[in-house]
This record gives sequence, C-alpha cells and structure tokens, in this order.
Amino acid sequence: MPTVFVSQVLRPYIPARSVEVPGRTVGQVVEALAARYPGVLGVLMEDGDLRPGVAVSVGDQLAQDGLLEPVAPDDEVHFLPAFAGG
Amino acid sequence: MTTTDRPPFRVVGTRPIRHDGIDKVTGRAKYANDVQVPGHLHARILRSPHAHARILSIDTSKAEALPGVFAVVTGKDFPEVTAILREQTEGAMANMGLLSRHLMARDKAWFRGHAIAAVAADSPYRAEEALALIDVRYEVLPPVLDALEAMKPDAPIVIDGLMTNTSRTTRAGGISAPGEDAPQSNIATTFVMELGDLANGFELADIILERDYHTTAAHQGYLEPQSATAFWSADQHLTIWTSTQGPFAIRDNTAAVLKLSPGQVKVVPAEIGGGFGAKLNITIEPVAALLSMKCGRPVKLTVSRTEVFEAMGPASPAYVHLKMGMTNEGRITAADARMIFEAGAIPGSPVPGAANCMFSPYAVPNGRIEGIDVVVNKPKTLSYRAPGAPSGAYAVEQMLDEFAERLRMDPLQLRMLNAAHEGDRRINGVACGPMGFTETLEAAAATEHYRSPLEGPWRGRGVAGGFWGNATGPASVIAGLLPDGRVSYIEGSTDIGGTRTTAAMMFAEAVGMPVTDVRPTVADTDSIGFTSNTGGSSVTFKQGWAAYEAAQDLKRQLIERAAKTWEVATDRVGFEGGVCTNLDDPSKTLTMRQIAARMNATGGPIIGHATVVPRGVAGGFAVHIADVEVDPGTGKVTVLRYTCVQDAGTAIHPSYVEGQMQGGAAQGIGWALNEEYVYDANGRMENSSFLDYRMPTALDLPPIETHIVEVPNPGHPFGVRGVGEATFVPPLAAMGNAVAHAIGTRMQALPMSPRRVLEALAEE
Repeated sequence: MPTVFVSQVLRPYIPARSVEVPGRTVGQVVEALAARYPGVLGVLMEDGDLRPGVAVSVGDQLAQDGLLEPVAPDDEVHFLPAFAGG
Repeated sequence: MTTTDRPPFRVVGTRPIRHDGIDKVTGRAKYANDVQVPGHLHARILRSPHAHARILSIDTSKAEALPGVFAVVTGKDFPEVTAILREQTEGAMANMGLLSRHLMARDKAWFRGHAIAAVAADSPYRAEEALALIDVRYEVLPPVLDALEAMKPDAPIVIDGLMTNTSRTTRAGGISAPGEDAPQSNIATTFVMELGDLANGFELADIILERDYHTTAAHQGYLEPQSATAFWSADQHLTIWTSTQGPFAIRDNTAAVLKLSPGQVKVVPAEIGGGFGAKLNITIEPVAALLSMKCGRPVKLTVSRTEVFEAMGPASPAYVHLKMGMTNEGRITAADARMIFEAGAIPGSPVPGAANCMFSPYAVPNGRIEGIDVVVNKPKTLSYRAPGAPSGAYAVEQMLDEFAERLRMDPLQLRMLNAAHEGDRRINGVACGPMGFTETLEAAAATEHYRSPLEGPWRGRGVAGGFWGNATGPASVIAGLLPDGRVSYIEGSTDIGGTRTTAAMMFAEAVGMPVTDVRPTVADTDSIGFTSNTGGSSVTFKQGWAAYEAAQDLKRQLIERAAKTWEVATDRVGFEGGVCTNLDDPSKTLTMRQIAARMNATGGPIIGHATVVPRGVAGGFAVHIADVEVDPGTGKVTVLRYTCVQDAGTAIHPSYVEGQMQGGAAQGIGWALNEEYVYDANGRMENSSFLDYRMPTALDLPPIETHIVEVPNPGHPFGVRGVGEATFVPPLAAMGNAVAHAIGTRMQALPMSPRRVLEALAEE
C-alpha cells in the first residue's frame, strides 16, 4: 500500500509520522485517508478538488495530474506547499 | 566538462549557431515595444505617490475631456473578482482578487507606484498630459516597509481583512468576508516542515551555531521594460502582444481578472528582452486590454524604467534565523531554520521554494523549517531565478563555512561528507532522487582554480553549493515536414537563453537530421497547445520530451509513406539518420527530402506532434568558487576569479549552459555586493534607475569560468536536468564566504557594499 507521510498540518488529525492507505491514484489515497481521519479533508480538499496551494509529491516527483495522478503500491505520497520557479 | 555514462549523440552536445541569432544581432528581431498595430493609441499609468493611502476620490472628468484622449480607466472599471485562489503552472498560486487589485488600486493604494488610473491617447505626451488632469484625493496612512515591522501586533494593516492562513498547504492567504469579525494580520501564511527528532539531533552535536542572516530585495535586471499592446476587436476577441515568459498564463489570468473566457483571448509572445522570473504573470496586460475594450482601438502600454523599479516587483527580501548542529567529525546532526519573506503588497513570496531547497544538497537527519509570508507596503515581489533558494543557501552555506573553519576542514570536503545521496530524506519528507551533488563537488575540488593558492592580504576565497529542484509541465509541439525535407518546428515555450535552438537540437537528434534543417518558431496561444511557463528550469526538460515524442510521431509517418511507396509492411522499413530503407531490398532508400517532395501524392501533409506532461524531473546542483580582494580603505570588493561548476544532466548546447551559469553568477555577485532597493521612511524608492541601482557590468567582473558536470537524468530521453536556476543559488554565499575570509569578519547581511564592508571592518 502507498505510504502517506504525515506533515505538520496533518498531525492534529493523524497520530503517526506515516500511514499506509490503499489507493491507485492520489484521489483514492486522499479518500482512504479521509475515511480513516476525517479532519484531513478540510486541509487537503476544497470544492471536490485538491485545495489550491497543495502540491502533491508521489515519490520524488511532483504530481502533474492532481487527484488523477497514479500511485503505485510502494510509492510515498507527500503533501507539500506549492512553489514556483523563475 | 565531466561526463558520466552519456550515450553518444550527433547533435546534442554540439554548439550550432542559434536560429534567431541573425535577427537578434542585426536588430530585426521584434520585441514587444516594436509591435506596431495600425492606429494604436499610447497608454500611460497614473501611480500612487504614497506607499499607503486610502483613496477618497478619483475625478477623471478633465482627463476624459482632453482632445486626443480616447479612454480612461480606474479600479472601478475592473470587474469585481473575488479573492479566490487560482492555480498557476508549476503549482504556484495566485489570489486573483488581490492580483486584480494589485494591477489597479480600488479603495487603497498599497505601495508607492500602485496604479490608480490609466489613459489611452493619440500620443504618449497627450496621455501624460491627461494623467496630470486626474484629481485623486488620498488619506495618507502610515506605511510598513519591513517584514519584521509588519509582523508586530500594532503594525499598520496593509490589506484590509487579510487573515493569517496557517496551513502549510496554502500559500496565498485568505481574506475575511465583509463584516466577518476575524483577526487581521500582515502575516499571510506560515508553514512548518519537520524531519526526525530535532532536540535529539542537537544533543548529538559537538558544535552548535546560531545566526541571523538577511538578504535584500534584488531587481531581476531585465533590460526590456514590460510592454504590451492590446486590441479588443469588434468580434469580442482580445489579442495581446507582450513580452512574457508565459503567454498561456497571460491569457488565462487576463481572462480571469477581466471576466472573459480564455478562448476570447489570444496572446502573441514577442521576443523577450530578459525576464528571469519577473515576466511570468500579468502586470500591465489587463490594463492595456481594458483601455482597448473601452475605446475599441489598439492600445500600447510600455512602462518606464522608473515604473519597473517602483511597481513591477523585485525578488523578496528575507530574514533567516538558522541554528545547526555538527559533530567534531563534520557530520550535520540537526538544522532548524525560521525564514521570514517579504511578499510585497499581496501574499505569495517564494518562501516555500526556499524551504524546499535550502538543505536539499545535504543529508540532514533531524530538521525543522518554518516559513512565514508577510505583506508590506511595497509592490508584490516577483520571481527571480530559483525564487527563494539563494536566500536560504546564503544562510546554510555561510554556516557550513563557519563549521569548516572551526573544524579546520576543507570546505568542499565538509560538504562532500554531508552530501545527500539517492534515498536520503529531505526535511520536507521527500526522498532524494538521482543526485549529482557529489560529482559536482568533486569536479569543483579538481578545478585548477580550487587547486591554485590564493595569496596576499585582504584576499579571500569562498565556496558554496546550491540546489534547485527543476520543474516540468505541459508542453506542445507541432513538427511539420516542409516540401524540401526540412521541418517547421512550432513550440509553445517562449525562448529564453536559446531554448528554441535546444528544442530543435533534441528534435534533430531524435529524428537523425541536421539541426540546421529544423526551423523553430514560438507560436501564439491560438496556434499551439498549452505550454507552461518558461520558468522553473523546465523548458529544456519538457520541450526535450515533446521534441522526442514529436520526432517519434514524424518518424512513424515517414515510415508509413515509405512502406506505402514500396508496397511493403511498415515493419519492413528501417529508419536511420533521416533515411528510410527497404529492409527487403536495402538498395531502396528514401530520404526525408524525397518523401517530402511527394507527400501530397502519398497521403497528404506529414505533421508530427506531441503534447506531454512529462515526469522524471531531477534536481540540479551547482558549486561556485569565488576569489575576492577587499580594499580596506574604500571597502570595495573586487572579484579576482570566479568559477561555476554545475550538473546539467546533459548539456544540450554547452554554450547556452555556460551562458546560464555565467549569467547566474554575475547576477548573484551583483546581489551580493551592491544591489538593494533603498526606500525612504515614506516608502519612496530612492534609487529607481540603473544609474543608482548598481548592477555589475562586464567591466566589474573577471571572465567567469565554467565546468559542466554531466550526470544524466535517467528520467529524460537526453538526460536533461535543467540549468537556469541552480547556478543562481550559490553566489550570495560564495561571495559572503570569500569576503569573510578576506576581511576576517563575517557579514550576515547583504549587500556587501563598500559602506557596509567599512562598517564591518570598523566593528571588528
């Protein structure tokens, strides 16, 4: 199962440094995470999509397809602050 | 050049003359201000003389009555856009409501230079005359000009209703609803990243250092001021010719703030006279567009150099408080950073970029990074090469230098000892992908520069490393076979630093044809698929993928035509070096030119295309070596020798890579030594010209030596990582370390101008 690393803002809702949740896409991972820890939904989601400003890293690659980004069983998933280049 | 495991290439790695070279050196290349749309008007902007003021009234009647004036707009003419966040390319955020108000003030002027009104007239002089007839009444408010001051509880509030958004996942802040009783603040966003056990990490340390560092605002130094021409035609379509790094961002964000459909807007990118991050988003385009929409005539708006300095936005100033622990063996045990970045008038500084990059070259087992985004009464800061990262590196790399001094270790050796490797986890939690930092450090240590002694009084050598994550994004290419066998290569990335030639080179490599037979063109937003910004060191990476995929598509069609001509199956056709061969009868061949000459008789036009959103990004690393000499009488710092070493993955066109490395070093040296925005107490910039804002020229710098390291990125068909930004990360710290060794005391704030150096010497 994919491993979600629990960032500082998720810690109030998830009492662990990392959790394994099922899912083959970022969307399914978020769904599974929210089913277990409902509080994370408000942090990660807005109007049915990833909240603006949430950058998702699958492994060491920033997800380009948002909730549809594929996730492999041995992938790590991170939720990061978005940033841009110049 | 240090190369590891690079496959043999025929075009990649060569140095052809750029396709746009002749036009540029003969002055024929068209920049935004060269655009002449028949009958166009000239626009000028009235700007706030106050850094912070409530706008009580604006009377434009006299200006509107002036003969020759065709349109006047103020904030009231902009449609109401809510303060919603809108996703940009590369994951960046923009609060469109605040961005709209930054384009033109509504109820408050947030900074000196904030646009209050704009005029379109039949001459620039008439437009300026009209500006003088606009009567604005202000209630002047006290400004807050510094992030630390702005964070104090009693500081003037810049944006009414701005609330601190403490989620690490939201970058652009939020506005309270009208009437909502919510605490206001100039602190827009805070976030924290943590890894390991910080307290335990410091317990394991033999040496702990704790310092404060400050980097100033710095101008991107683009020579070409922003210029845009807009034409709202009778069929309700808007065309904008502009100087931009992101024509699709200009299209989408102009549409958003003017409440148009993106399909109503076409953006035609001109050649760009420098951007360095400052031309990624809308600044003046919607203003020109609104004027044109009001009068139905084309409107050209070109800003002055003073306006560039006072209103277009520099790189963010930053305060970094850093504490690090290290063992006597030179191993980092813990790092704790608190970074405060000035965002300017609206939220969105690059503090997340700084946080993601500052420790990334190193294995830091226990770490914490706090990022804080603060608004002040200055223009919104804009990106500047590797946004945020130089300020973070300025702190980390100076502290590593201090550790090396304490431990009497070679500074490069100390960095090698702590270099991150694939699989090491960064403080943001992400495990490192393929790395090239160790190779870059080794290459730096092996340079003749580093191995040669630096002798003499008041001289010092400094080294520093740097990381930039590099980016990706959507990219589109149309590769049409021309009747003579050449290829028209149409792409969506505006060309900075020769990127159209590097794209053409990768396409030529993939097809097996000469790059001189590829004719690259940057298209407008109606003529090519969405392509994300020329930024984030993403272009060569994503365009390389697009070029590769388009080449495969073109080759497939060439093979089909040859198979059709020979009446054989496609798997009986070989393709090598741009030539199809009948595998059943190798004496039969068809060149691209031969196929092209008959393409309309064998099935019609042959056009390869690709749209990609490639994965496989790999970060880039740089190490710089600086030798300086300080004049103790004047405080002037002279750069004696400077060397850049950088992992490019694969250098597609080595001259362009070297140019990026040298340019980044020169800009960083300027930021380190002289550049700063000087404001008086009322928020008026006192040095808003290139005469008084001192950037280095060729006369100020020695030849900058370059060493390209090539550790190919396995996630790219040509091994590309990205080169435009990693080179800009080390110079501030490399210069800081060099000056520290020259004068025997460490300056922890920029710029290291003659006055500041003398002050540091006096304090010693």
